[in-house]
Amino acid sequence: MITENEVWVIALVGMGLVALGFIYVISQVGKSSDEERAKRAYKTSNVLRRWLFLILLVIFAGVSYASLWHFPLPPQQAPLAAKQIVNVIGHQWSWEFSTNQVEAGVLVEFRVTSADVNHGFAIYAPDGRIVVQTQAMPGYTNKILYTFDRPGTYMVRCLEYCGLAHHVMEAPINVVAIRGPST
Amino acid sequence: MSSLALYPEDEKLPRNERLVFDLYIITAVALFVLMMLLGLSMRLTQATWAGIGPKLFYEILTMHGAGMVGTMGLVTLAVMWFFLRKYVHLHLWAFLTNYVLFMLGALAIIISIFIGGYAGMWTFLYPLPVHSMGIGSVNAAALFFIGYLLIGVGFLLFYLDAAAAIIRKFGNLGRAMGLQWLFGGTIDQSHPKAVVASTMVIIANSLGILAGAVVLVMCLINAYFPAVVLNALVVKNLIYWFGHMFINATIYMGVIAVYELLPRYSGRPYAVSRVFLWAWAVSCVFVIIVFPHHLLMDYAQPRWLAIIGQVVSWGAGFPVFLVTAYGVLTNIYRSGLRWKMPSRLMVLAVFGWAAGIVPAILDGTIVVNTLMHNTQWVPGHFHFYLLLGVLPMALAMMYHVIGSRAQSSDDAAGDKLSLPLYIIGGLVFALAFLAAGKASVARRFATHLPEWVPYDQAGSIGAILIILGMLFFSVRIIAGLLKTPTDVGSAHPGG
Ligand code: HEM
Ligand SMILES: [Cu+2]
Repeated sequence: MITENEVWVIALVGMGLVALGFIYVISQVGKSSDEERAKRAYKTSNVLRRWLFLILLVIFAGVSYASLWHFPLPPQQAPLAAKQIVNVIGHQWSWEFSTNQVEAGVLVEFRVTSADVNHGFAIYAPDGRIVVQTQAMPGYTNKILYTFDRPGTYMVRCLEYCGLAHHVMEAPINVVAIRGPST
Repeated sequence: MSSLALYPEDEKLPRNERLVFDLYIITAVALFVLMMLLGLSMRLTQATWAGIGPKLFYEILTMHGAGMVGTMGLVTLAVMWFFLRKYVHLHLWAFLTNYVLFMLGALAIIISIFIGGYAGMWTFLYPLPVHSMGIGSVNAAALFFIGYLLIGVGFLLFYLDAAAAIIRKFGNLGRAMGLQWLFGGTIDQSHPKAVVASTMVIIANSLGILAGAVVLVMCLINAYFPAVVLNALVVKNLIYWFGHMFINATIYMGVIAVYELLPRYSGRPYAVSRVFLWAWAVSCVFVIIVFPHHLLMDYAQPRWLAIIGQVVSWGAGFPVFLVTAYGVLTNIYRSGLRWKMPSRLMVLAVFGWAAGIVPAILDGTIVVNTLMHNTQWVPGHFHFYLLLGVLPMALAMMYHVIGSRAQSSDDAAGDKLSLPLYIIGGLVFALAFLAAGKASVARRFATHLPEWVPYDQAGSIGAILIILGMLFFSVRIIAGLLKTPTDVGSAHPGG
């Protein structure tokens, strides 16, 4: 499953649940409620809120643990021991790569920086989706680790606004199969 | 505790106050419409239905971003003023000075962009403003910074006056936020929510604006003495500390309208509680430290900052869902809520805020941010909560005020059409951005790839509906403000 699609579905479900809560309460507006029932409703709502709090807390803790325990970004100080290394420099408005050919199935380290202003280094897969990105910032080198799982022409696009030709600042990366065509 | 009279006596605007207030509202409404039209022109261009060239596109984008954020700040500050002045003594000169400085700042920004060619975005990331490859001059960038500084000084002045007034009345800012009741004690039920929220905003946004002022001065110095080189990462941290706080403060100022007005329409008191005070205390801390979620893709940033960015983004959802949205829902559940424009807009606003925070939180997760950062997912989530959340808060107050002046809270026939147009348009518009983000469509692109265009076209249609609704609101509000010179309060059958 593609992560972008999962995120989209989770967002829709989340927003949908909020909408359902609102629609339910709106549908109850104007229904008669005597003193006694109002009191009871108030109590129920407090109990419900506690449950909601617990549920959100569990989700919060679970997601934080799952998404941070193995920190998702590579260490920036230690050497990364990737077999392939690509040095990347962003310029207004072009990309400079030490090589633009890498092998599929083998870990690649991108060392990304900028010669002038901030740029964004995003790799688009042949199907048009972003697979990984980092910022290209003057004075800093950000390191990405990525393994391309299939060969093809990937496109690097600039994802941090950098001036007049920002939207055409792109360059291809050729990902080739190690031996022969991909399986 | 104030009674639930719809138009209480202490909310009436004396002559001078009314003039300044009207000035704020009419300016803001006009600016919103103008900025929306600029927004539409960009969306149409991406949709290939209009052909604005890249140079003008990025100028318009800079104008739209700075203009919308600024106008939202202006109008929600008016919301805060309108309600806070009932509880503490605010000086009209501070409110008016803020307006004057805002207009001067706006003028500087407009000149900088459309005459000087500044197109470095409202977030002015260093060193782009002074490194535009000859598109905009250094003077233009400097003028932009000065425009921001003028607006910032105006806000600080207003906050200082408000802080002084609050301290005179409540002793200190902590007591105004009700911190003394967090762990026990009998809560004073008449302690105004408006004071709690205003105090939180004063603390957080003053810090943010000060950070902004520091970074603006640094950029100004660098502009004329390039030998003084800045650290791009430090500058970026400061800019987002300022930018995130400023735009978030608009929600916290705007929501005061909901706290104040909703109980009057639902007929059910909405008193302060311990959970409520906790929510605001916690939100105050969260909004100050959450900004690193804008720098998740700066791997050079220390790891703990990224972790704070993610964890606090998620944490920020708790007070919104469990206290504000939940509190509003319990307030109207089986109430005799009168469905008038202000109450409709308020319920919409709280929905828009709570729903709009969902995609925001998701994008605040590092693994997700690696895919969604700087895609149109981002304008998707913030247009959601700004168009369907914050703006309706401000509109609710405006409709309420024109209701009080017309001595009637009845809706106009056209309101029945304009609000649905606005809501449907808003949903289509925001969801089109989010769907585009899902498809990895980059934000801030003057032209789009052919496969991105369908999202842009859907978004353009949504935008047109929003603007139709907004045009109608504007006519109603401006006519309502200009029509009747006398304010009524007690004459109206309230509660
Ligand atoms: C009809 C209403 C609106 C339309 C058609 C519109 C359109 C747009 C478009 C096309 C963009 C650029 C998206 C991109 O990066 O590709 C944008 C960005 C933005 N809009 Fe709006 N917008 C509207 C309302 C608002 C409102 C009400 C606000 C806030 C109060 C707002 C604040 C912003 C901000 C802060 C940006 C980001 C600017 C940047 O990237 O620097 N917009 N809008
Ligand atoms: Cu760029």
